[in-house]
Amino acid sequence: MANGIVDKVKEQATSIWGKVHGSQVAESILRPGSPFKKGYSDTPRNRSYVIMNNVLYHLHPVKVKRHGVRLSYTLCLGGISFFLFILLTITGIFLMFYYAPTAEAAYVDVEALSTSVAFGSLVRNMHRWGAHLMVLSVFLHMSRVFYHGAYKPPREFNWVVGVILLLLTLLLSFTGYLLPWDQLALWAVTVGTNMAGFVPVFGDQVKFALLGSVEVTGDTILRWYVLHVLAFPFIIVIFMAVHFWRVRKDGGISGPL
Amino acid sequence: MSDIPEHLLRRSAEAKAKALGIPVEQVLAEMTGEAPVTAMDAGDQPKVETVEAVPQTPAETSMPVAQDAPQTDAAVEVAAEEQAEATAAGPADGAGGEIDYEAAAAKAGMPASLLQRSVEAKAKASGASAAQVLAEMLGEEAPSAPPATAPAPESAPAASTPEPEPTADAVSADVIDMPPAAAAPAPATSAPAASAQPPATGGATAVAARPIAQPEAVPEGVRTQRLLTVVKANAIQQVKAEPTDKVSTWPHLMIMEFAVLLGVTALLIVLSVILQAPLLESANFTATPNPSKAPWYFLGLQELLSYFDPQIAGVTVPTIIGLVGFMAIPYVDKNPSNKPSDRKFAIFMYTFFMMGSATLTILGVLFRGPGFNFTYPWVDGIFFDDLKDWVNFE
Ligand code: HEM
Repeated sequence: MANGIVDKVKEQATSIWGKVHGSQVAESILRPGSPFKKGYSDTPRNRSYVIMNNVLYHLHPVKVKRHGVRLSYTLCLGGISFFLFILLTITGIFLMFYYAPTAEAAYVDVEALSTSVAFGSLVRNMHRWGAHLMVLSVFLHMSRVFYHGAYKPPREFNWVVGVILLLLTLLLSFTGYLLPWDQLALWAVTVGTNMAGFVPVFGDQVKFALLGSVEVTGDTILRWYVLHVLAFPFIIVIFMAVHFWRVRKDGGISGPL
Repeated sequence: MSDIPEHLLRRSAEAKAKALGIPVEQVLAEMTGEAPVTAMDAGDQPKVETVEAVPQTPAETSMPVAQDAPQTDAAVEVAAEEQAEATAAGPADGAGGEIDYEAAAAKAGMPASLLQRSVEAKAKASGASAAQVLAEMLGEEAPSAPPATAPAPESAPAASTPEPEPTADAVSADVIDMPPAAAAPAPATSAPAASAQPPATGGATAVAARPIAQPEAVPEGVRTQRLLTVVKANAIQQVKAEPTDKVSTWPHLMIMEFAVLLGVTALLIVLSVILQAPLLESANFTATPNPSKAPWYFLGLQELLSYFDPQIAGVTVPTIIGLVGFMAIPYVDKNPSNKPSDRKFAIFMYTFFMMGSATLTILGVLFRGPGFNFTYPWVDGIFFDDLKDWVNFE
């Protein structure tokens, strides 16, 4: 009796799933060759379609060099940098819901994340450690590229783009450092911008432009917030797009050694 | 085929065998050309030889037939073909009716459109019917039997032309750049059939005969070119790159990336559950902490700053060395090799620089106490607030 019911439910579920999966809506979303499409079979042609008929074609070619796929070649460090950037974007959007970039609210808001926001503490931790990890992984990625001589022709320019990405990564991290508006933030940024103030000739002007004032003040928070959540992410995404594009156009991953 | 690496060939043969459901050995044999040659392949043979033979007579590549010196096989072949054609030439009366170029093309191993064009051109030029021309091109028996005593290719042309003008020899010699000895008139050896035909194509070799046969079409002293033979090309594109060992991005690379993505996410979540991010007291302009430290990635610089004049270490060092210098690396390092053994100096420099930066950073993080003075972390503890909540200070 009970078995009969279970079988019936199973049968129903299968038939409904079959209808949904093969429906016009599903068919219109999944392009030919998608592994999620009804009746997908693992053939060389479909393997090509998975990439070619897909938005992924903007990132990946249909085929890649065998040695480039090995984890031991790139250590996926560029990929890890990119994934961390995505995780930082997601957690950062979450944090923006609870944060106001003013001298009065900033510290209180960050403190409240740990006490009165569901998962607030976890997400803040992820954002902060993720940022440190990203700086680290970008440095390691750069070292990997150097030791492989992967900056040699035709990849010279992609190395230059990479250095700009490194700079932007550091700027993103540094502008974020100020935002909690605690003693650590205030004085670390003070030390950092003092270093920038030693620019020959224009030192004071540079420092003023960075801080929106002669010293770190409440106004600096808004300025750095806008840079941190809007300006630098926008610029870094553009440079990343160029970077990934050039990896492909320069003939894919370099090597083998 | 032979320039494809063995393992690539093997892999592709295996995949093909799997897909077709036939033994690997068979596929491999077909791929490497060891399989019994099909009829189509056999038809290709002479043409292929022709192509290969041409470079052997570089000086005469434009007209191998005209060679006076011992002729290569290929040249003889072409000449023989031409001759048979001339012999068989007759009025283009369309006796053959519709011609199946598709089938013929399959036999000849070339595109039907090309074959048709070349046959029609040949037929028009020689006055023979297209069906005859086609048959000859395919190496079949010509509809009208060739003369039993076909002249050798070397024999002189133009002996039995209907209009034995003095210019005939001059024209033929001119056209084919033939040495005078070869072009000299010889006893009439040409086929009787040829001279009987109305459009008068009676040359011993078609090469020489044709310009003479149509004096109204070719004014005196004008060089003409014509199609000698159609050669099957190997490929439209010349592939210069070595075949590389590639795999499908899906699934090989993407599975890997997905695994790394999951790994990174998991690591970050675990890290964030274990380690609490620091949050000190609210910002206070009047309470300067001692020491004040920059974020860790700037601490190496701060360390440098404590040794040098700030004008040098504050900006000149990071911007010149850090940015311009780094961007310039690919343009400064002209060594084309990427083998570690060839780039010992570059590797040494980079490693030295990175180790130096790491040392400075570690010094700044762990060994600097109040007033940014030197301390031993195991004596005075660590003065680095990023690590506040998870490093035991005492
Ligand atoms: C936000 C920072 C960065 C991201 C997200 C990123 C991402 C990537 C990715 C995904 C690749 C593909 C191969 C791999 O994963 O190793 C790559 C390759 C490359 N990157 Fe980056 N990268 C960044 C920073 C840099 C930096 C700082 C440099 C050098 C100064 C650099 C230079 C290169 C070069 C030359 C290649 C080609 C390597 C090869 O062909 O083997 N990138 N990058």
